[in-house]
Amino acid sequence: PHIGPVESKNEAAMSELVPEPRQKPVVPMKPMGINANLLGYIGIDTIIEQMRKKTMKTGFDFNIMVVGQSGLGKSTLVNTLFKSQVSRKSSGWNREEKIPKTVEIKAIGHVIEEGGVKMKLTVIDTPGFGDQINNENCWEPIEKYINEQYEKFLKEEVNIARKKRIPDTRVHCCLYFISPTGHSLRPLDLEFMKHLSKVVNIIPVIAKADTMTLEEKTEFKQRVRKELEVNGIEFYPQKEFDEDLEDKTENDKIRQESMPFAVVGSDKEYQVNGKRVLGRKTPWGIIEVENLTHCEFALLRDFVIRTHLQDLKEVTHNIHYETYRAKRLNDNGGLPPMTVETEENHESNL
Amino acid sequence: QNDGYRTLSLSGHVGFGSLPDQLVKKSIKQGFCFNILCIGETGSGKSTLINSLFNTTFDDPVSSHFLPSVQLRAQTYELQEGNVLLKLAIVNTVGFGDQINKEDSYQPIVDYIDAQFEAYLQEELKIKRSLFSYHDTRIHVCLYFISPTGHSLKTLDLLAMKSLDSKVNIIPVIGKADSISKTELQKFKNKIMSELVSNGVQIYQFPTDDETISKINTIMNEHLPFAVVGSTEEVRIGNKMVRARQYPWGIVQVENENHCDFVKLREMLICTNMEDLREQTHARHYELYRRCRLEEMGFRDIGPENKPVSLQEAYEAKRHEFYLEMQRKEEEMRQQFVQKVKEKEAVLKAAEQKVHTKFEQHMLVLQEVKMKLEKKRKVLEDEIAMFIEKKANAEVFQSQASVSTPLVSLKKDKDRKTYVLM
Repeated sequence: PHIGPVESKNEAAMSELVPEPRQKPVVPMKPMGINANLLGYIGIDTIIEQMRKKTMKTGFDFNIMVVGQSGLGKSTLVNTLFKSQVSRKSSGWNREEKIPKTVEIKAIGHVIEEGGVKMKLTVIDTPGFGDQINNENCWEPIEKYINEQYEKFLKEEVNIARKKRIPDTRVHCCLYFISPTGHSLRPLDLEFMKHLSKVVNIIPVIAKADTMTLEEKTEFKQRVRKELEVNGIEFYPQKEFDEDLEDKTENDKIRQESMPFAVVGSDKEYQVNGKRVLGRKTPWGIIEVENLTHCEFALLRDFVIRTHLQDLKEVTHNIHYETYRAKRLNDNGGLPPMTVETEENHESNL
Repeated sequence: QNDGYRTLSLSGHVGFGSLPDQLVKKSIKQGFCFNILCIGETGSGKSTLINSLFNTTFDDPVSSHFLPSVQLRAQTYELQEGNVLLKLAIVNTVGFGDQINKEDSYQPIVDYIDAQFEAYLQEELKIKRSLFSYHDTRIHVCLYFISPTGHSLKTLDLLAMKSLDSKVNIIPVIGKADSISKTELQKFKNKIMSELVSNGVQIYQFPTDDETISKINTIMNEHLPFAVVGSTEEVRIGNKMVRARQYPWGIVQVENENHCDFVKLREMLICTNMEDLREQTHARHYELYRRCRLEEMGFRDIGPENKPVSLQEAYEAKRHEFYLEMQRKEEEMRQQFVQKVKEKEAVLKAAEQKVHTKFEQHMLVLQEVKMKLEKKRKVLEDEIAMFIEKKANAEVFQSQASVSTPLVSLKKDKDRKTYVLM
């Protein structure tokens, strides 16, 4: 069966504006899904290897933001996560430096390599958040920064002659540090997460978890989860983006049991049972960072880096960025938005 | 390469080495798209080759030689190998090279390729778009079938390939290559390649920048165009059944590298460079199309005063234009509507007037008829009166006459008169 010309509504709208109307396009039918029986090995599955090689050659970008009051161990935690001095504390930051009067955004980038994979990691710190006497709207500079990165990407994407690889400075993951009060979330915590969970992937973590006993930890986590739910805060991994049953079961377990991760960070090593481990030494014992019975750092690390790193990037790109783009292209210069589109009739931005 | 970023060393195992695996896992879930376009004259062995390449029989009816113009026939299939799902689309040119006048032969192909780019571009330009779930129909590779004449390329081949080389990755193949002897074949290949070079046709070069595959790709580049033989039949060789063509003078084995380049083609097309073909299509051919198209639509990266104009601003300007156009049209329609209403009103009024006039006319006629009737009645009444008078006179006369005349005749007359009166 041959395919005749199919005119979409989009094409009709387009041809009104374009100076020389183009010929009506011939569009092939949707896939028929005929499962042809393969009678022997062809080699289609080598594409996995081809793809893997390609991605290793191009390398990866990853941008992680840390938000929380000063003294919650943000920099130490990031250093522990990436086993190197990536946070700004170590890049020449003076510990005696005064806490800034407003929220500042400081981004530092490094290149790290592991197993042949090159990653350009950028850690974005937000000193001054929640540290003032009056913290009203202190999330605004952060929201502004995040949107600026989307804007930068959008500008590059709409160029006529555009780069082969658009540099990605968008924030893929935002670790929000909750103070281990043991009681409940603070109003600032709720306000921040309410505003920002709509524009970026937020992963709440309970900082300095070594100040809580196991029971206190479990209860606190439960309360925090409840409060987040009551306030309608969707943290990463968001329920609505679970792609299939497999994702849902995996993510449900994380959402309902593990998160928020109660973590402890450290960049010092100690000898425990003949092994060298990262830990914090106290008069009453050594808290091993990577020991699951002591804290949930290993869970956080596996979650963010070993299983969901790519997904964090994809949710940022396919959902948060697209939302920003759609909004941006829709309300421009105060012009009223075009008519609401139906499923069949998405009008182009022209 | 590092853009001024410091390189740090890791003091322990972090775990992002699994990133490529995470990415691959997602791609596997989505499945892969691969779209092949086969251009060649009817009977050049396209369908048989595709069947052989994918070791299966795709349902593809044989076409006739008598089609009036070139048409493109696309069919999609889903193939599964291991845990890889491949959405394969085979686009065949039907009737290519069959017409007496072949001037328009390759234009439908160019249009088709452009149409797939256009569809992707349209999706990319939408406000609410879903690129990650978009079914990619852009052509990733074009297998151009050269007839095994043994001499040189036909004019149609050169023209077609020249018009397509900036739009799609072209891999030229010699179809039905079992009709050429080995010595003739090498000469033929050399002639073809030199003709392509001298005519400036850019065919697809297997990439040589990755050390793991550059060696084999370089060798393969030297073997272009691939001389291929396809077969849907199997012949017993030794204790195996292989794809082959059986002749009285011997058996041509499809997968024997001494017999033809089929294995090389399969190796290059599927096992080594499928991903690169897809990437070149997106990063080079599609970008070129997009750039040309946007410029054609009037967008510029640099404005009239040589200041960079973002596509954003151009969008806004166009949107504003569009919006004003819509407003104007709406106003026009409104005017038209008002006009139509007025006209209808006038027509209705005229009709009403007519009806009124008719009514009055009818009333007049009625009046006249009434008057006539009145007159007639008067006349009739007068006649009756006269008659009564006459009767009375007659009765008087009668009573005078009854005295002198016989009774019988008078009676008769009386009767007669009575009869008349009644």
